[in-house]
Amino acid sequence: MKIRVRYFAGLREIVGQDAETLTVPEGTDVAGARALLSARYSRLQPILERSLCAVNREYVPADRVLQEDDELVFIPPLGGGAA
Amino acid sequence: MEPVIQITREPLNREALLAAVAAPEVGGIVIFEGVVRNHARGKQIRYLEYDAYPEMAEQQIRRIVEEARQRWGAERVAVAHRLGRLEIGEASVIIVVATPHRAEAFEACRYIIDTLKTTVPIWKKEVSLDGEAWVEG
Repeated sequence: MKIRVRYFAGLREIVGQDAETLTVPEGTDVAGARALLSARYSRLQPILERSLCAVNREYVPADRVLQEDDELVFIPPLGGGAA
Repeated sequence: MEPVIQITREPLNREALLAAVAAPEVGGIVIFEGVVRNHARGKQIRYLEYDAYPEMAEQQIRRIVEEARQRWGAERVAVAHRLGRLEIGEASVIIVVATPHRAEAFEACRYIIDTLKTTVPIWKKEVSLDGEAWVEG
């Protein structure tokens, strides 16, 4: 099945594109997609490990199983800043 | 009122946000304005670049504002965040909360900015004299 991955901020700079379509086996979860991307782009691995995940614009745990046409985004740590 | 939420590459317009929350029942307006500072973590900043996952950022901000409405009765709120390159002194974020009495406006405004900073997918890159880096934490 196909899912859509979008990249922002540091991830976009590493990957060099805004988005791509990823073909993954049925039953793949977010952690599986993360492993696939880490293998494809070795420089992504450390930042993906620090990132939260969102599917269809909602934060989800890494064991969330993906569905056809899901939009997957890894959210690297936010700036936050001192109050 | 429906909250005003803007995520934009254009300079923020404080007066327009203030006008959006104005109403006869309002007795206090709190404005938080975040501006680009010339130093961070011991580095001299040249400029900042903001990036966002815009659709999710807007959805998350809407949720935070709704929470503020429920907790403090903050019915009149405007939130604007700028993206792209920002120079020193420019506003990156403006939050305006208008309520009948001031205490609720202060509380709600503080809650909105603090929660926004930790949960809304907007990132900041610091470009300093030494180089550039996306800020984490």
